[in-house]
Amino acid sequence: MAKTTTARERQLERGDLTDDQLVAMLRNMLLQRQLDNRGFQLNRQGKIPFALGSEGHEGVQAGAAMAFVRGKDVLVPYYRDLGLALGVGMSPFEILSSLFARVTDRSGGRQFPNHYTNHDKGVLSISSIIAGHCTHAVGVAAAFKYRGEAGRAVLCTTGEGATSQGEWHESVNFAAVQNLPIVFLVENNGWAISTPQNMQMRIANVADKAAGYGIPGAICDGFEPIATYHTMREALDRARSGGGPSIVEAKCYRFLSHSTDDDDRTYRSREQIEEQRKLDPVPRFEQILIEAGVIDADRAKALRQDVLRETNDATDAAEAQAYPTPESLYDNVVAGDYRPWQEFS
Amino acid sequence: MATTAAAGPQTATGTSVMTNVEAVRSTLHAALVRDDRVLILGEDVGARGNVFLITKGFLDEFGPQRIVDTPLAEASIVGVAIGMAMEGLRPIAEIQFADFIYPAFNQIVGEAAKTRYRSNGDYTCPLVIRTPYGGGVRGALSHSVSIEALFYHVPGLTILAPSTPADVKGLLNAAIESPDPVLFLEHKKTYRSVKGEVPSGYYTIPIGKADVKKAGTDVSVVSYGYNLHQALDAANRLEGEGVSVEVIDLRSIRPMDKTTILESVRKTRKLLIIHEDNKFGGIGAEISAMVAEEALFDLDAPIRRLCGPDVPAMGYALSLEDEFMTSTDDMVEAMRELAKF
Repeated sequence: MAKTTTARERQLERGDLTDDQLVAMLRNMLLQRQLDNRGFQLNRQGKIPFALGSEGHEGVQAGAAMAFVRGKDVLVPYYRDLGLALGVGMSPFEILSSLFARVTDRSGGRQFPNHYTNHDKGVLSISSIIAGHCTHAVGVAAAFKYRGEAGRAVLCTTGEGATSQGEWHESVNFAAVQNLPIVFLVENNGWAISTPQNMQMRIANVADKAAGYGIPGAICDGFEPIATYHTMREALDRARSGGGPSIVEAKCYRFLSHSTDDDDRTYRSREQIEEQRKLDPVPRFEQILIEAGVIDADRAKALRQDVLRETNDATDAAEAQAYPTPESLYDNVVAGDYRPWQEFS
Repeated sequence: MATTAAAGPQTATGTSVMTNVEAVRSTLHAALVRDDRVLILGEDVGARGNVFLITKGFLDEFGPQRIVDTPLAEASIVGVAIGMAMEGLRPIAEIQFADFIYPAFNQIVGEAAKTRYRSNGDYTCPLVIRTPYGGGVRGALSHSVSIEALFYHVPGLTILAPSTPADVKGLLNAAIESPDPVLFLEHKKTYRSVKGEVPSGYYTIPIGKADVKKAGTDVSVVSYGYNLHQALDAANRLEGEGVSVEVIDLRSIRPMDKTTILESVRKTRKLLIIHEDNKFGGIGAEISAMVAEEALFDLDAPIRRLCGPDVPAMGYALSLEDEFMTSTDDMVEAMRELAKF
């Protein structure tokens, strides 16, 4: 069985985390929540066609991002990783540019929201095809190992539904056989759009799958950023020091529908959501930091105001940008000027 | 272990005579020596040296970090290679037989071909996927197929199918140099049956450029792969009858060479397209459409296509394989009829 660490055991065990880091984690969670809301608001206002929410994943992502080493590690995210994108250094303006599909979006307005790319920050470009990106994450880890770049690791994320995919299995197996520096973080929110976990697998813990690959599997409370940080830190440190891959399962919940196009009333009860909302990681972590004396209530309020202002500024700045030109549709099919029919003089 | 990859005697003119399979092997070997970003991954490429012995000895010479025996899982062979390519390496992924590429279809079509596009150039995917294809070797339903038409619909992919050792070398080098993903098709029946002179030293052949393998004036034939060699035999036979056939080796399937095809068709005013892949929706359909759009009134005869029949695959029985494969006699007949038209 995979090792389980409960929230209660760990939520006050800050370990090596400084006050600044704890505050940075809270700020990440507040910003994530604010940007999530903004995406849904803009959609309901008719300003953007689509948004995906990460609400309920703030704790996992703030914790995992804190264990990520900028400039060294590479993040291969999935489409519900707003907090990780922010946590590894992407800006709200980039997020809003993507939501508005403006020319300032790194994909040039091509990609769906939440499908980030930022080579400079080590965020790999992904498609929407579930678990296809896990193989790429393994390839990046293989490149680190091949070049002898010790101290670098790959953080590859998915939901629990992705672990049903053959390519997830192939990826974990390949990484295990080759002992590659990678951590497969499974953000288990219990739902793959409308399909609950027990329709994806017969086991209660995704992390138990690790045994089948001969690698460690760990479970943490994804509502607890500190617990997630420690679990991820251990896994990433192991990977960075040649100890090979592992699976971390962070148990969390998806508070919102899958996307602005989904209606979760068709498949899950309001009561279930309300029960989970009582555990909402964002106000809870704020309260934990206040009770621990890391911040006071005024500082917490200031942080909330700060992320709202930042979100508003980024919204205005992104909305003011132009759409990509129609001609840009033809750019970057391949290098240079591409024609399927070649003409020679 | 010292490996001498280039086989065959060195001639005075700075060329070696080698088979297609030797050309693949020696070109891969030189790439591994030349560029430490290059590595090979696939099923049985290590100790076994690939099922056609293309990488024999490479494991000993370059080590398991560069000659990677992968788990038996095609999607991740390509997918892991994509990740390596995005991270700056120059991986050469091998799919043991083209028939086994279907599990990797998503990785090739959904991922590799779109990496540059979806990131607007933030990431690129300089990846080569090599795979042996084609029939005539008693490969039955799952060791004989042609796959090019399944992939040539996909922008972002380059598809190469050279037929001679010199072209194999030049185009494989071009594929490895390419900053974008290349599907490199090697016809199994030409591996050891086709021999030719290969220039020494490093060179590339431009991607997207066809080659007139035999000049002629009465009929233009466009082909590639094993069929190309049959077409050359057929054309040579017809010389005795006074029929002059021009044979164009397409070499590159995506992109394709419009200029060479149109120049030839405008000269001969007759076009025959020959490929082993199914006729319906095949490469020949696109060539036909292009010629119809660009040069319909230069034609003196309807375009003809000799292709694989519209069945799922060739059977194991020799009778079934023979029925599937276009014979050289059929090519002679089609060329003769077209010349007379």
